[in-house]
Amino acid sequence: MVKEYRTVGTISGPLMLIEGVKEIKYAELCEIELKNGETRKGQVLEVDADRALVQVFEGTRGIDIPGTKVKFKGKGIELSLSPEILGRMFNGMGEPIDNAPEILPEKRADINGEPLNPYARNYPNEFIQTGISAIDGLNTLVRGQKLPIFSGSGLPHNSLAAQIARQAKVLGKEEKFAVVFAAMGITYEEAEFFMNDFRNTGAISRTSMFINLANDPVIERIATPRVALTAAEYLAFELEMHTLVILTDMTNYCEALREISAARKEIPGRRGYPGYMYTDLASVYERAGRLKDKKGSITLIPILTMPEDDKTHPIPDLTGYITEGQILLGRGLYRKKVSPPIDVLPSLSRLKDKGIGQGKTREDHADLFNQLIACYSRGKEAEELSIVLGEAALSDMDKLYLKFSDKFEKRYISQGDYEDRAIETTLDLGWKLLSMFPKGELKRIRDEFLEKYYGKV
Amino acid sequence: MSGSKMYDVVRVSEKKLIGEIIELKGEIASIQVYEETGGIGPGEPVFPTYEPLSVELGPGLMGSIYDGVQRPLDDIMKQAGNSIARGISIPGLDREHKWKFKPIKKEGNKVGGGDIIGEVQETVLVTHKVMIPPNVSGKIMHMKEGEFTVTDVVCVVETEEGEREITLMQKWPVRKPRPCIDKLPPDIPMYTGQRVIDAFFPVAKGGSACVPGPFGSGKTVIQHQISKWADADIILFVGCGERGNEMTDVLLEFPELKDPKSGEPLMKRTLLVANTSNMPVAAREASVYTGITIAEYFRDMGYSVTLQADSTSRWAEAMREISGRLEEMPGEEGYPAYLGTRIAEFYERAGRVKCLGEPDREGFITVIGSVSPPGGDLADPVVQSTLRVVKVFWDLQDRLANARHFPAIDWLSSYSLYTDSLKKWVEENIGKEFQSNVKDAMAILEREAELQEIVRLVGVESLSSEEILLLEVARSIREDFLHQNAFHEIDTYTSTKKQEKMLSAILHLYSGGLSLLKSGKTVDEIVKLPIWERISRMKYIGEKKIEDIDKINKEIDKLMG
Repeated sequence: MVKEYRTVGTISGPLMLIEGVKEIKYAELCEIELKNGETRKGQVLEVDADRALVQVFEGTRGIDIPGTKVKFKGKGIELSLSPEILGRMFNGMGEPIDNAPEILPEKRADINGEPLNPYARNYPNEFIQTGISAIDGLNTLVRGQKLPIFSGSGLPHNSLAAQIARQAKVLGKEEKFAVVFAAMGITYEEAEFFMNDFRNTGAISRTSMFINLANDPVIERIATPRVALTAAEYLAFELEMHTLVILTDMTNYCEALREISAARKEIPGRRGYPGYMYTDLASVYERAGRLKDKKGSITLIPILTMPEDDKTHPIPDLTGYITEGQILLGRGLYRKKVSPPIDVLPSLSRLKDKGIGQGKTREDHADLFNQLIACYSRGKEAEELSIVLGEAALSDMDKLYLKFSDKFEKRYISQGDYEDRAIETTLDLGWKLLSMFPKGELKRIRDEFLEKYYGKV
Repeated sequence: MSGSKMYDVVRVSEKKLIGEIIELKGEIASIQVYEETGGIGPGEPVFPTYEPLSVELGPGLMGSIYDGVQRPLDDIMKQAGNSIARGISIPGLDREHKWKFKPIKKEGNKVGGGDIIGEVQETVLVTHKVMIPPNVSGKIMHMKEGEFTVTDVVCVVETEEGEREITLMQKWPVRKPRPCIDKLPPDIPMYTGQRVIDAFFPVAKGGSACVPGPFGSGKTVIQHQISKWADADIILFVGCGERGNEMTDVLLEFPELKDPKSGEPLMKRTLLVANTSNMPVAAREASVYTGITIAEYFRDMGYSVTLQADSTSRWAEAMREISGRLEEMPGEEGYPAYLGTRIAEFYERAGRVKCLGEPDREGFITVIGSVSPPGGDLADPVVQSTLRVVKVFWDLQDRLANARHFPAIDWLSSYSLYTDSLKKWVEENIGKEFQSNVKDAMAILEREAELQEIVRLVGVESLSSEEILLLEVARSIREDFLHQNAFHEIDTYTSTKKQEKMLSAILHLYSGGLSLLKSGKTVDEIVKLPIWERISRMKYIGEKKIEDIDKINKEIDKLMG
């Protein structure tokens, strides 16, 4: 049922108050027609008896109180879905922007989705080989995981995400695979980088892109990740494809959230971000996963740039509490020309333990990565000490650890943008580096594996 | 809305969404809806129930997984598919299942609130005691035996107000603590098989503990480890605003894990309340109360219950969100001014109690709450309010987690205030020396921290041989005792007996090393002895072969001559 009103009361910031309305529902979508015939979209934020507060996506510039008509659609934002969405490009609201015809929908879905029942979920435990040692060996990604990249301005997070999208595969299986890419408030150049990469590798035909650039409406940005995940849910759980979703850049998304919260005059939480930001981010991130009775999966890689490289800033902080680990890029490593500059000590994949080991990667994987991390961590401590006191003040053992950590960064973490390392190569490389140490130092590895691999690869 | 009281449950709109009255102003009630409210508008009907938010207590609780308002998630899935549709109404307990009821009391017996009148074998691990509801007393008129559903009448009691029918199920409002006769001081340890906890910072049965830490520091792994190995009859896990996949992990893993004592699947003594972060905020606020009320019910049967809330920060945030919507005057960081009171009230529902009714029995609720402070900052109001009430503090540190020292519990800043009250029990059951050994180990670690300061300033050369030996021993305590791998099949659980042996072996090596130093050996020679490697592999010695640790002790004796 469509209802039309000409009773705009007040306009302030991105918000409009419409009076004398009847039977308007919370979160309903509406269309605003300006005097000159231009139409904009809005969504109901609040209903109070006969007044509705509407948030205008494209902004309120040029809207005046008398000549404006508001049409309420009686439903929330929906996305048209069909297998044709692959290979296409949409704006942040899910409308095609590639000059190709409209999507003939097989199905229309509300972009907010519904929370997955934890009982219906299946635990993510299938190892995804990304071909990047610092991820496969130490922070293993599994299907259905949400693993963000915490980056900083000027760090190469885009090329890392593109490399993952390019190389990710599950060993020994040929399965339907799709990529959903959502850009929120990034520049044209950044978006172009991904498009080119997808085009050059032929991935474009199995990719859906949802683009909200830096100069597109800010409020649309709130809808963009939800639109993208609705598409991903369709691909994963109806077409049974394994879907990799890349969301970039979540920092812009959170800033849009703050902007709207301020316009609504809500009580701000930490650093001006709204108090409900945790819940809001969770409603995006938690849509990743696997289901017991469906073949497909959604693996989510959100990218965010930490303001001032600060991990305790509300955006990375709240993200880290929801996602299953994080890949952290380090500026120090980047300066040392380590590529990708993944800082493995604060990086973590919470789901790795179920995705590695016998039958998945190799029996020695868990012990090996524990040992590598422990050695690297001690090497880093030694490095700090040597900066203060000079290398001469280190014990012989500490000197060995220092040497190890240096080699580890140069040979294990560092690899080219186009080097695709098999998991065995990564594991063997780990053993090669560990052979610097006497057997007794390798306390985290079981005897049987030391017996089998130490000094033998 | 006249006739309705504060905190009564209502159903909103034709979709019948569950809500609770949180404010009354004249005829107008503010309702907090436990489900998503998109598509609801003015003019929708509201249906009052005139009852507060309650949970159903009876056989069938064990092994269940509920959402924040006690709707079984498995039944929701059968009805609504893979997502949680709105307005679903499913009772907490299965109405069809017949339970075999064995009466204990007879007709003519006088009974009072809390008296056990019969038993139902709920799972192989849990005997469900059927009790008279706390507010009922009188004489039993009828008593039945046989198979019943939870709503069938099994007993009729003649009370002063007339006849009262007793079913296997009773209801209890979640925000009201269940009564008990007396609270008792907790003095029995609740062991978890985790060395750093059991030896250094133990929690008592009926006590409370708090685990704050930044993300990635291992809060959830600690909570899971405790659920798996804790020495308790019943485990209740409240997943409050956390990750969906973590709940799935518990759901899929627990039925396969065996209880170390009985060999039965752990799920037979476990109950989950899961309100993940993407489920409605208001139900998250209720989930903690749902959990503790069920815990109290099992405590009243005389069981030792462990309740774990992961994470209480999400619960506090839900309170903040609701308080903000009510436009209440905010306290610190936007949290409501009553935050501290609510937290204290919740932890106060833990405890060792003398249960209501006959026979005489004691029940325990141990509450372990994790806190997720923003940026790991312990000045956070939720952490501070929690620390004011709990007696055990496990301080998780990013620095340790980054070095993959798990559990990342900082040995210098964590504390347990139960050490003294547990002393008697520990001396009688584990050994006279255990607590003093722990104290010695702690002193070594403290000394290590001081020495490391010196090393950082002036280098290793400035230390004496004794001090270098101490550093080695401290490293051994940290790496070979405190560090524990939750994913290693043997290391994941260590009995207190083995813990005692491990710690005394390390300390024995220290005194051995000191006497070798005196007899003229250099510290380099001592540090290179192969015995250190034997010590470092102690943790992988199976529970059945712990005598092997005694052999290490003998070897140390031999070294000293």
